[in-house]
Amino acid sequence: MKTVAIIDYGLGNLRSVYNGFEYVGAKPFIAEKPQDLKSADCTVLPGVGAFGDGMEHLRGNGWVEPIQNIAMKDKKPFLGICLGMQLLASTGEEHGNFEGLGLVEGKVVKFNPEDPSIRIPHIGWNAVTAQEGSKSYDDLEMPQDYYFVHSYVFQPSDPSVISGTCQYGHDFAASIEQGNIWGAQFHPEKSQAAGLTFLRNFLKMGD
Amino acid sequence: MLKTRLIPVLLLKNGQLVRSEDFSIHQIIGDPVYEVKRFNEWNVDELIYIDITQGEYSLQRRTDHKTKGLEGPLDILDEVSKTCFVPLTWGGRIRSFDDAAERFRRGADKITLNHALFETPDLVDKIAKRYGSQAVVASVDVLRHDDGRYEVFTGGKDTAKGKDPVKWTKELEAMGAGEILLQAIHKDGKGTGYDIDLISSVSAAVKIPVIACSGVGTYEHYAKAVDAGASAVAAANIWHFKELSDRNGKRALQRAGVNVRL
Repeated sequence: MKTVAIIDYGLGNLRSVYNGFEYVGAKPFIAEKPQDLKSADCTVLPGVGAFGDGMEHLRGNGWVEPIQNIAMKDKKPFLGICLGMQLLASTGEEHGNFEGLGLVEGKVVKFNPEDPSIRIPHIGWNAVTAQEGSKSYDDLEMPQDYYFVHSYVFQPSDPSVISGTCQYGHDFAASIEQGNIWGAQFHPEKSQAAGLTFLRNFLKMGD
Repeated sequence: MLKTRLIPVLLLKNGQLVRSEDFSIHQIIGDPVYEVKRFNEWNVDELIYIDITQGEYSLQRRTDHKTKGLEGPLDILDEVSKTCFVPLTWGGRIRSFDDAAERFRRGADKITLNHALFETPDLVDKIAKRYGSQAVVASVDVLRHDDGRYEVFTGGKDTAKGKDPVKWTKELEAMGAGEILLQAIHKDGKGTGYDIDLISSVSAAVKIPVIACSGVGTYEHYAKAVDAGASAVAAANIWHFKELSDRNGKRALQRAGVNVRL
């Protein structure tokens, strides 16, 4: 049984992510300090809220370097969910200009759909199309609907890291895969069967 | 394309599921713990639970079911959240940041506030800072007076707040609420359809999503709220008295040309 460290950096709700991983047969635990990551097979960075606040919380509690080590040096499976995926970027432009974790090159920018009738934040279920060669959606007939809540989107410098796309005003990255580093803009833990399969696929990494 | 959400609202009073009429009559219809699995398996887009118990609890437990004994009313939330893989909103009796934090800790993804919006409006911002504004749903109960005037109430029909729903929901948006759950007291339990005028005036006034509630008696009623501008459609009683209320509700929306997740 794989252990999954869920990083608690003081933002958002961790319980749903915990319940999701427990349900698909992993052994999740809440990582309250950076040292807790060492023992885990996989690491998850959840989170909601603003980019700058997120980085401030990560930095203030000493998470940045341990996360970079585990994801880039040790190359252990790493998943960022929602704000957690956005924090993987090099920079974020939410309420200012902020440096991110820099695990995946790219920037986080405000949603800017041309259609003024589209409400921001993007809240609800929307269809995700898998990109060729992606592993996140194995065993699923795509497209599938996933649950989104966000106002900003991740634009990777290298579009080939995009594993799934979604459309809301314009196409954006619904998920990314860069080797062992995965990200989901949606909430797999709140996307019923299709979301639980996504979590299972993440756990399969390295098998 | 973004789908229109269909959301059951499950009302709890003294630890039991109840049916509501007029925000004042509440009949017990079941044991929430016994129903957790069934509700979590519905093909719905979110679940909203609201504890409408006023004052002290007198937890009523049936003894003829093989369900675990509950110590407190929030134990229901623990049971629900373990296997709920759609967004879960919990409301009722949230007066402080700690009240909200406890519900998040037990697995709620969002909380709804009603009374606290008037008493401690800064609570919205406090919760939004920690959990995100998407996690704060402002519940707005509106009564249409006989002269056609709309007024916001709280605590059922007891306390008139002297506020117009359009102005009030704009204030709530400015306070940092992520969504509006719009309920119409005069439509509650009637089954005659939503208050369409109310939904369209509030939906036009705010940019945050409006969840329409109160009045659904047939599945065809859902699409009318979508036409009026609601981002999501909710109902309470219909879920308990009809078979296959999830797929039949979705199909009715689809037949009316609404984009839903099937």
